Amino acid sequence: MTSRSALDISGLKVSIGGREILRGVDLSLAEGRVHGLAGESGSGKTMTGLAVLGLLPHGARATGRVALGDRDLLALPPKELNRVRGGEVAMVFQDPATSLHPMLTVGRQLTEHMRHHLGVNKAEARARAIELLAKVRIPGAEEAYGRFPHQFSGGMRQRVAIAVALACSPKVLIADEPTTALDVTVQAGVLRLLRGLCDELGLAVLLVTHDLGVMSAIADEVSVMREGLVVETGPRGRVLREPAHPYTRSLLASLPDALPDSPPDSPPDSLRDSLPGALPDSLPDSLPDSLPDSPPDLPPDSPPGETV
Amino acid sequence: MTLDIRDLVVEHRSPGRPVVRAVAGASLTVSPGEVVGLVGESGCGKSTLARAVCGLNPVTEGSIAFEGRPVSPLGLRRRRETGIQMVFQDPYASLNPRRRVGDQIADGLRTARDTSATPADLLERVGLPRDFADRHPHEFSGGQRQRIAIARALAARPRLLIGDEPISALDASAQAQVATLMRDLAVDAGAGLLFISHDLSVVRLIADRIAVMYLGKIVEVGDTAEVWADPRHPYTRALLRAIPRPDGMGVLPAELPGDVPDPANPPGGCRFHPRCPLVMDVCRDKEPDFGPVACWLHEPDHATE
Repeated sequence: MTSRSALDISGLKVSIGGREILRGVDLSLAEGRVHGLAGESGSGKTMTGLAVLGLLPHGARATGRVALGDRDLLALPPKELNRVRGGEVAMVFQDPATSLHPMLTVGRQLTEHMRHHLGVNKAEARARAIELLAKVRIPGAEEAYGRFPHQFSGGMRQRVAIAVALACSPKVLIADEPTTALDVTVQAGVLRLLRGLCDELGLAVLLVTHDLGVMSAIADEVSVMREGLVVETGPRGRVLREPAHPYTRSLLASLPDALPDSPPDSPPDSLRDSLPGALPDSLPDSLPDSLPDSPPDLPPDSPPGETV
Repeated sequence: MTLDIRDLVVEHRSPGRPVVRAVAGASLTVSPGEVVGLVGESGCGKSTLARAVCGLNPVTEGSIAFEGRPVSPLGLRRRRETGIQMVFQDPYASLNPRRRVGDQIADGLRTARDTSATPADLLERVGLPRDFADRHPHEFSGGQRQRIAIARALAARPRLLIGDEPISALDASAQAQVATLMRDLAVDAGAGLLFISHDLSVVRLIADRIAVMYLGKIVEVGDTAEVWADPRHPYTRALLRAIPRPDGMGVLPAELPGDVPDPANPPGGCRFHPRCPLVMDVCRDKEPDFGPVACWLHEPDHATE
């Protein structure tokens, strides 16, 4: 890989109330590349994104190193971190309905950002905001500038959220499940947009998603997380087609596309037992090897009752 | 026929707002032991259709017959007919947080006057340990809760099970498992299953037939394998092409330009024509109101004037 490194995470540990959520994460993002971070919920992928921005929940302790250039984001004083956040490192969240302010116009949300970080005047900010709205392909950018988030559809709202994230020309974009709340048809458009922006602006993107299809569509590198550790990292094609780690294999095997071909007696969870490291302390959520084969017959006519 | 929906129209009326035809003339059947997957983008009316089948939304026009009898609207009074059970999208909201799991499943058993089965038996059938019956919903993960909700629905011995996006709140790794479980249990019990989802890849896995809904209309119905291999309606094609495949090839999924139009003000002619890549003149003027593929490109011979 010839592209320059934009963000290096090494040995990142996060603990909340004595419990280790991240147990030493190493990741590196390069300019103009999308790094996909996969894993089930609770694996720590979202926490990794939040730790980079110093947005960890109250009481969380982060150690390790998050290097942006020669600065360690974890060691920055709050004031300087504030300048980095939304400036050099920006974030797009899963649900644009909650990440945008419902009572401020789209234009205001875009320009406030710029005026704070870039110190541009009102007219400049407005011109740039309209340019950005056009860049994320919102039809009628000029008119959209004065509208409120609820006046857009879900897909368009996510485009607005991306425009807000791009407002201060970040180097690094952290996108946490950016298309999970969208329909597949709309998702396709947002994925194309993200990939295009990454190529065009040389953005380093950390794409956090549980959807390996989304990963396959736009990620260059893929890391798979499980219980606070990255268990596998590699080029997209290699990780998705020839996964080396049994957990990656089990994730791929649990997908509907793979299910009919996978042997019935190896549900994904059974693989967990063979993995190194601690087992989750949550309860098992797996199918039994066999279901009772004779369910009770249904009565021909159902007696009166009280539920729907 | 377990469920027979004919020309169903469901309107949402709210003061000061235009009437929204969420379901605008949809027909669909579900046979005993059959799994029908209903797919479409958000806002297409699929959940409204499911709620109407349960009697949770009043029918404006058309009819819904369950085993030959019309489905009555659900009110505050105790319902006589309990042959239809529903599993909702969010198991965090559909289970009562203050009651033990076993008690909630026992409600269903009482409904069916079932004295032979216990809540623990039902938990076992959905793949959970028997001793979970004494616990409360908050102790479980999303996938486990949805299994509990399924156990509760099954306890009433439904002849028609409806899942309204029952897997979309779950982890990707649990989605296929829970969907398959629903299918197996419904089919084993000889009940029909109407499975609503926006996720075509999961529907493909469990459904015998697929119905594709767009803006209140069912635009294509067919055998799952046929629809998957040879989608005929341009909208179905767009839906299938938009699914990103986890093949590691880095292929961007195809985009369907435009947004779903406002259901309060649907476009004239074919409802899909403003977004359709194959739009013809006739599509702008006349609505294709025939099946199984409601598209002027696939007009059945006898439908020509």
